[in-house]
Amino acid sequence: MARLNINGKNVNVDVDPNTPLLWAIRENVGLTGTKYGCGIAQCGACTVHVDGVATRSCSLPVSAAVGKKITTIEGLAQSGKLHKVQQAWIANEVPQCGYCQSGMIMAVAELLKKKPKPTDADIDREITNICRCGTFQQVRAAIHAAANGGTGRQS
Amino acid sequence: MNYVPKMNRRAFVVGSAAFGGGLALGLDIPLGPQDASAQAATPELGVWVVVKPDDTVVIRIARSEMGQGTITGLAQLVAEELECDWSKVTYEYPTPGQNVARKRVWQSYSTGGSRGIRESHEYVRQGGASARMMLLQAAANEWKVPVEQCKAEKSIITGPGNRKTTFGKVAAAASKLPVPEKPKLKDPKDWKIAGKPIKRFGIEAKVTGKQVYGFDMKLPGMLNAAIKESPVFGGKVKSFDAAKVSGMKGVKKVLQVGDTAVAVVADTWWQANTALQALPIVWDEGANGKVSSATIAETLKAGLDAEQAFVGNQNGDIKAALADAAKKVEAVYAYPYQNHVCMEPMNATARYTADKCEVWVPTQDGEASFAAVLAASGLPAEKCEVYKLDLGGGFGRRGAFQDYVHQAVRIAKEMPGTPIKLLWSREEDMAQGRYHPVMQCKLVGAFDKDNNLTGLHMRLSGQSILASVRPAIVEQQKGRDPLSFQGVADAGEHAFGYTIPNLLIDHAMRNPHVPPGFWRGVNINQNAIFLECFMDELALAAGQDALAFRRKLLGKHPRNLAVLNAVAEKIGWGKPAPQGVHRGLAHMKAFNAYVAAAAEVSVTGNKIKVHRIVAATDPTYAVNPSQIDRQVAGSFVYGLSALFYQECTVKDGRIVEQNFNSYNSMRIAQMPKVESIIMPSGGDGPWGGVGEPTICVAAPAVLNAYAAATGKRIRSFPLKNHNLEMA
Repeated sequence: MARLNINGKNVNVDVDPNTPLLWAIRENVGLTGTKYGCGIAQCGACTVHVDGVATRSCSLPVSAAVGKKITTIEGLAQSGKLHKVQQAWIANEVPQCGYCQSGMIMAVAELLKKKPKPTDADIDREITNICRCGTFQQVRAAIHAAANGGTGRQS
Repeated sequence: MNYVPKMNRRAFVVGSAAFGGGLALGLDIPLGPQDASAQAATPELGVWVVVKPDDTVVIRIARSEMGQGTITGLAQLVAEELECDWSKVTYEYPTPGQNVARKRVWQSYSTGGSRGIRESHEYVRQGGASARMMLLQAAANEWKVPVEQCKAEKSIITGPGNRKTTFGKVAAAASKLPVPEKPKLKDPKDWKIAGKPIKRFGIEAKVTGKQVYGFDMKLPGMLNAAIKESPVFGGKVKSFDAAKVSGMKGVKKVLQVGDTAVAVVADTWWQANTALQALPIVWDEGANGKVSSATIAETLKAGLDAEQAFVGNQNGDIKAALADAAKKVEAVYAYPYQNHVCMEPMNATARYTADKCEVWVPTQDGEASFAAVLAASGLPAEKCEVYKLDLGGGFGRRGAFQDYVHQAVRIAKEMPGTPIKLLWSREEDMAQGRYHPVMQCKLVGAFDKDNNLTGLHMRLSGQSILASVRPAIVEQQKGRDPLSFQGVADAGEHAFGYTIPNLLIDHAMRNPHVPPGFWRGVNINQNAIFLECFMDELALAAGQDALAFRRKLLGKHPRNLAVLNAVAEKIGWGKPAPQGVHRGLAHMKAFNAYVAAAAEVSVTGNKIKVHRIVAATDPTYAVNPSQIDRQVAGSFVYGLSALFYQECTVKDGRIVEQNFNSYNSMRIAQMPKVESIIMPSGGDGPWGGVGEPTICVAAPAVLNAYAAATGKRIRSFPLKNHNLEMA
């Protein structure tokens, strides 16, 4: 039994301590917004915040997440208001199939916390999530829109 | 569609014009004794539209949504004719079971071949128009005025003497009226909803984690399954030692699935997969265990000069042209196996009892899924149902191929009453693909003494998709696979655009044991590289500009020429490029659309930077320019990932690459700036597709720019095999 703090709530999960945090979140806690894409920290679909740091949860054992504050895509909106990254994603119609976007949004939310006005080079270095639909052009536009305080559609 | 009545039972064969001429897709679904005229519970206006008393408009969508925006585009077309208030529009998927029960009133569910909109636009628009006419008639009847004096706009009906009502108020009466057949459709120049960059459905759910994909299915009492199929294609399970893992935490069952796979069922998927990885399995690999990429390449190479080949396109006398040539140019190209790598791996959830088999599945073809449920469950159609879920990527893997549905049903059948969610690991997804086929190509061009191109022979040697997936079609064509000639065909939606006096394009079919599939764009991907790179090679040999050389050969194909000219003009062809930047071009007709790309690249050491792409597309009509823009930009991610990184290598009969660490995909850092030109030319001809065509011009445009930059011509792929990286 491990005690996790997810989106501000404490939950007990009955899993082997080596179970990846991703699967505990999805299967034991029942929050399925965080996605499985590769299981080896390559694609970023499973990105959550662990003590504020964007983390690929498929490769972090539950035992290493105990005592830390975990935020998933379901916990990104605050007091019913969508996060500025989510708002920019809607305004710019970023998602195509959408499967990778939870992870992409979590990665971008952390980037904007570290660097409120990221350059293209910052984005290239920090955002390494895979998207097979190829939404990158809209992702970049939406990051800049969110950083500039607006959510205006870029294209 | 063909309705084929049979003796003693009713059945149908699903047909499609997808590959240029009513090819049967081979689904044979017995219709059983149910009432084929069964009506849906909600009063409907024809089969495409339901209007609720509160004015909500529900538009039925038969095709699948996998990110390409089809549901939004189809709804726009219906709403346009319906004259409804777009803000009141929502949609629903009629189930494949309902479609069968109602004699396929919603026609094809197949969402591949870029046909979602282009092959259903007419009947869905008619559906919207018929519904509008029924609503108007109901209002006219109530007011006792001639229907001609009534008008619909934004879900409001007005009539003589300031009469006014809403769609919702007359919908119940309208639903009892006969459905007008073949109503007149609007001229697209009068469109107010269709043709506009309307926001697509479902964005909010996709940014909040609320969208339910197949991977996210939850049913009461559900268990999870992980599966491993023989990694050598065609191999079988010899033995497995269930006792080694059956005591592991959460494990409920270890079972063989068919002859070829073993599955573990557990409380959670992580438990199931952990046990599966620990399970000793012995495979009977059969003869295929010795096949490798090298042996396959040898087989294909022999086909390049083989006597026998199927002709796809021919005019003049190529033999004479080559014999009489003042100059000949020859090149050999090769294209590898590739996996679709949908972000969401294959999955299906099944619940089986003797009375009902239900499956929840992300599918590009609900009817193909339904056929798989019937076959695997052994139950009649009226006891089967499929619930479609939006897809986490499709790209051709989830249409014709329903192997995961078969597996899920077979597992569920062993545990009646318990819902089973079967998820593939990424490794299983990589090992059990339906791969982009391998192909080699030898091209020989002939010039006269004045450097006019007098002949072209394009010999393809490699794998046929249809021989494996739709053998009946190949049999019908006496062994030929017409799909092999996509983009270079003699006519139709994939017609060759150049006029060359002596031409031969033929295919020596060589079919290795690796299962091929329809991979976004299908055979245009390799054919566009072969043809459009070789066009640059020919232009170079003739000492001519690549654009000017093409223009001379495209005189009879103005729409091909128009997209090529459009990208050339916008990229600044013929004008100086920025320092160190070089340009390349490519174009093709595919899925009835005309597409072209111009690329700007620079090369530093072994690093290629793709700075900018200009892409033009003429799909006849543009239903939602904003979504087309996104499909075009995304096409370069799909096409250039394939060009730079992606090859499924065969060793010991199986695929070597198991995950993204050996099968890479582009990231945002590599994304070029894509400028799309959407130039629908209109008219009464067939509409073109959007989801696939542009992919095929991505690679040749960049390869031609690379050759312009370095003088080096690359003829085998991916580029990582040449130690070239995408910067």
